[in-house]
Amino acid sequence: MTLTITKNKTENCCVLSLAGRIDTTTALELQPELEQAIDENKKVALDFAEAAYVSSAGLRVILAGEKRAKARGSVMTLINVSKDIMEVFDMTGFTDILKFE
Amino acid sequence: MKELRIEAKTENLETVLDFVETALEGVSMKRLNQILIAVEEVFVNIANYAYSPNSGEALILASVGDFVIIEFEDSGVPYNPLEREAPDMALRAEDRVIGGLGIHMIRNLMDEVTYRRDGNKNILTIKKEKS
Repeated sequence: MTLTITKNKTENCCVLSLAGRIDTTTALELQPELEQAIDENKKVALDFAEAAYVSSAGLRVILAGEKRAKARGSVMTLINVSKDIMEVFDMTGFTDILKFE
Repeated sequence: MKELRIEAKTENLETVLDFVETALEGVSMKRLNQILIAVEEVFVNIANYAYSPNSGEALILASVGDFVIIEFEDSGVPYNPLEREAPDMALRAEDRVIGGLGIHMIRNLMDEVTYRRDGNKNILTIKKEKS
């Protein structure tokens, strides 16, 4: 299982749906997609409905995205995060840094 | 007990994860994902630091009983990741503060993590109750 990234654009919001593992390998695919989405949109949402798990490499890319969004005055939101994945964000202190909906 | 001998490089991560997923057939999805996160952190650590700048092999042994036990062996430089997290030089300075994230996640997700040096081998074992 790898990662499939699907981009859906509406008005000013861009939703990146992440299906699969966000790991050391696939985080490298997510990074440019996320950077581009943040640069082109005021609002970006990462949809975790189909995400299996996030490793520390995935967390790094998401954190970098949050920093980039902040610097550009954009908003990055994480949506449909499962309980299991939320545990990972919790244990690493990321719940305080990121926005969840 | 299932085993995989593989060159320790990050390009092989997906092969390692697939191996563990197959070896752990019957383990719940929640448990499997927790274990896969830990496996990734350990393997990437070996790939990045054990043989750098050369390359070498890692041996991964997986067994499932009441506990899932996965052992990682490498013949690289002596290194106990539980004592110290090597800085991730690939990261920019502002991101390097979370360099110890991986080992923190392993400790949190697993029931037991042990390191021992046996001859010229680093042996790291992770253990998690099966259900």
